[in-house]
Amino acid sequence: MSRYSIFTLARNALTNHENWTEAWRSPEPRPDYDVIIVGGGGHGLATAYYLAAEHGITNVAVVEKGWIGGGNTGRNTTIVRSNYLYDASAGLYEHALKLWEGLTQELNFNVMFSQRGVMNLAHDHHEARDLKRRVNANRLNGIDSEWLDRQQVLDFCPILNRDPAIRYPVYGATLQRRAGTARHDAVAWGYARGADARGVDIIQNCEVTGLDIQGGRITGVETTRGRIGAKKVGVVVAGHASVLAAMAGLRLPIDSHPLQALVSEPIKPVMDTVVMSNAVHAYCSQSDKGEMVIGAGIDLYNSYSQRGSFDVIEETLVAICEMFPILSRLSMMRQWGGVVDVCPDASPIISKTPIGGLYLNCGWGTGGFKATPGSGHVFAHTIARDEPHPINAPFALDRFASGALVAEHGAAAVAH
Amino acid sequence: MMLIECPWCGPRDQSEFRCGGEAHIVRPTDSEGMSDAEWADYVFMRKNPKGIHHERWFHAHGCRRWFNMTRDTVSDRILAVYKVGETSPVGDGAAAEAGAEASK
Repeated sequence: MSRYSIFTLARNALTNHENWTEAWRSPEPRPDYDVIIVGGGGHGLATAYYLAAEHGITNVAVVEKGWIGGGNTGRNTTIVRSNYLYDASAGLYEHALKLWEGLTQELNFNVMFSQRGVMNLAHDHHEARDLKRRVNANRLNGIDSEWLDRQQVLDFCPILNRDPAIRYPVYGATLQRRAGTARHDAVAWGYARGADARGVDIIQNCEVTGLDIQGGRITGVETTRGRIGAKKVGVVVAGHASVLAAMAGLRLPIDSHPLQALVSEPIKPVMDTVVMSNAVHAYCSQSDKGEMVIGAGIDLYNSYSQRGSFDVIEETLVAICEMFPILSRLSMMRQWGGVVDVCPDASPIISKTPIGGLYLNCGWGTGGFKATPGSGHVFAHTIARDEPHPINAPFALDRFASGALVAEHGAAAVAH
Repeated sequence: MMLIECPWCGPRDQSEFRCGGEAHIVRPTDSEGMSDAEWADYVFMRKNPKGIHHERWFHAHGCRRWFNMTRDTVSDRILAVYKVGETSPVGDGAAAEAGAEASK
């Protein structure tokens, strides 16, 4: 891997940028690997990267049915934060946020992590009490979090509607200043390049069609490019988790739903933070290109269609127009959907399974992007050591039998 | 966006309805003798298939009655609408258990 720097940039500029080498190889699959990661999204690529970089396991393949980062990694609204309520979640998401803070240097790839702050709005007294509880819980867990009153909120984000007579007026907000946004594609590409440089094979256009299980142990995967043997297999396929689990005869507590987002035409900078409101189900930030990035809610029915209903978009835009009157005349340029894997307690599953050598990382629902580095880091540990990292131990599959759920509906909301 | 044929009201816009998730989940009768794993399977585990799915729908902004639907979760095409307690005319065999479902 050639390191990227100001000097390589200058040198390649002299040859019209025509001599850059590929950031990762596209090898043919080998017959056998120590570990196969199914799913080449951010979480899967991060897992492969940390397997190689931290555990010395380099005989690894990432198999992806489409192209890397083409699923939910490329479809989310790029928000990163760690202000979750419970200790278990705080540990997991703050672990991820700390990795985000050094990720560009670690990967030698600019992931454009911008700590512009994330505000969670409250519109009434009761919501404010709930959010203040979360502020206090965050601070006890060492996560930066503060409460802003109405005037402080309007000072921090001046384009918010300051009319006190609207249906959902601004009452106050939580603010996590270390939170922000990142370039989603760059995260996938950066991890892919880093993993590839350490010997990981990234195999695209290769769909897993079956899991080979003999005597209660995984021995390989069937794919559209033939069988590939493996001692261990990590499944990180988001919306398709139930489909892969069914290949192993497992049932998961997951329903797959469409989740939509949309962006406006680009405008000059008007908003240098991220604003979310659970009550009106809308959130918004401005990309570096100037587009307003807007997240909608999920459709409540199960679907793998990667498109949602118009009424969901309408509901979100009604809220956006009231929260930000300045945006009401903007045209929306693009709208898309992804398939998210929603768990009943709004927390992920990062776990061993009853099948030896088969590991699951799923259930991130509407909010997996922010956890990408931490998820990959602890999942790599789980696969390498065949036991969970202390951080992901509470997120085992057996919590649905024990009852030790991590109910994060308030903090997870819809935002991601 | 779907046009849903309510068995009582006829074709109505999807926004009038709420989806109630997987249909034909039968409440266990031997509840005291069940293990935690069996309870977890009943309460939390779902088929979530990519393809034919039997599910419950509620006409929330209409007649406020429940019914069942069979739908393809890849194309979102509605394959059948049928009443609670009935068996789906379209199926993968799973709907054979439909008769056991308690009326909502």
